[in-house]
Amino acid sequence: MKQKQALSYMDSVHRDGRLWGILVAILIISFPVAVSLIFSAVPQWGVLVDGLIATAPMYWAVGIVEIFTYVPMLGAGGTYLSFVTGNISNLKLPCAIDAMERAKVKASSEEGEVISTIAIAVSSIVTTLVIIIGVICIVPLSPILDHPALTPAFDMILPALFGGLAVVFISKNLKLSVAPVLLMLILFISIPALNAGTVGIMVPVGVVFTVAVARVMYKKGWL
Amino acid sequence: MEFSVNHPILFALVGVIIAVVLGQSVYFLVKACRRAKQLGIASSTVKKTISSAAVFTVAPAIGILIGVIALSKALGLALPWMRLSVIGSITYENVAATNVLNAAEVSSGATITDPSLYVTVLWVMTLGIAAGLVLVPFVTKKLQSGMSKIGMKDKKWGEIFNNSMFLGMVSAFLGYVFCDVSDVFSGKTAGLIPVCVMAVSAVVMAICGLLSKKLNAHWLEDYALPASLIVGMASAIPFTAWLG
Repeated sequence: MKQKQALSYMDSVHRDGRLWGILVAILIISFPVAVSLIFSAVPQWGVLVDGLIATAPMYWAVGIVEIFTYVPMLGAGGTYLSFVTGNISNLKLPCAIDAMERAKVKASSEEGEVISTIAIAVSSIVTTLVIIIGVICIVPLSPILDHPALTPAFDMILPALFGGLAVVFISKNLKLSVAPVLLMLILFISIPALNAGTVGIMVPVGVVFTVAVARVMYKKGWL
Repeated sequence: MEFSVNHPILFALVGVIIAVVLGQSVYFLVKACRRAKQLGIASSTVKKTISSAAVFTVAPAIGILIGVIALSKALGLALPWMRLSVIGSITYENVAATNVLNAAEVSSGATITDPSLYVTVLWVMTLGIAAGLVLVPFVTKKLQSGMSKIGMKDKKWGEIFNNSMFLGMVSAFLGYVFCDVSDVFSGKTAGLIPVCVMAVSAVVMAICGLLSKKLNAHWLEDYALPASLIVGMASAIPFTAWLG
């Protein structure tokens, strides 16, 4: 009976996630159409093609790789929310991982699915509200947030975020963490092209490598 | 209608989209909370998850808001507000906008006054960064059921597989923290700033973990990640003054 309920919950998450996702996609694609109609503005076709050639191939490739990398980690509900609200690696996924760690639930369990969804939903709501407040109060807030003294703090969100997460994950998986951490350190230090702009591309590399190392260690009985 | 990047009708359109996305988050939050109750997850655990996620999100959300302000100089407020609340991240959106402005030979610092250029930027952002939005509704179920099969076949390996994925992601970002370290050899110490910030954040996290065990103060664990994030970010200010 419990198993049947669990299955129906997951099925309903997929059904609802698809419906919401399709609704949001239609709305977002309708936005440029509406703006064109309201202001009687036609895109500059040459610029549009040049802009798409410079943007779409890379971001579609990265987007597809991100789907295969992040979907298994985010859970179903978390996936449907995160790919609509964005900022996955720098906000939604760390938030979900931290929540599952503290609740002591496994990502692959339904409890993990539920906790991950709650954390990501709350994170999405808070982000949206913070931006709404910021947009309303843009005039008084801009000089504060743009202040040069604060700039370094907001430039360092990722190191500050992953320092804390690294302690949690490396201490839990000490043996397994050696190879991927070493590989990434060597790659990022020795290849100048690897930086803040390309770290997203290296996430799937890190994931695939770590899973492969884990498989070998597991088969040899080292884990 | 006369065009302006901050025309009220743009805010109205964006407001509708953001309201729908907010509605989606609230819907899934309520649904997951109800399921948590059915699964017997303690309400205190759910409450802690909500409060900790909210606290943790504030600082990165302010970072995203700064991105909105940065993009608003050229694009007005409405478009960056939508793109960074829905789908986008500052790096992707900034690159997409800059690519269009470069193709149109317009300075990326100047406010767009031509509606056709604005619509062009809008289309490139919409179509250029849409893989997740378009594909996720159709592939998520298959990917998730593949993951469940791994877990069902071999439970221990299923857990290790999940941990490996998280660890792979964390290791990629750890590598990124060290990407400019080699600049030290050419006399530039700024590359050490992210390393120092990461170290401070890691120490705060470790202290929170130790204190919560020693003092039996489990509430500390709930706010350990937000605390390490905030203290790490704050430490960037003196480190930048020293090494920048």
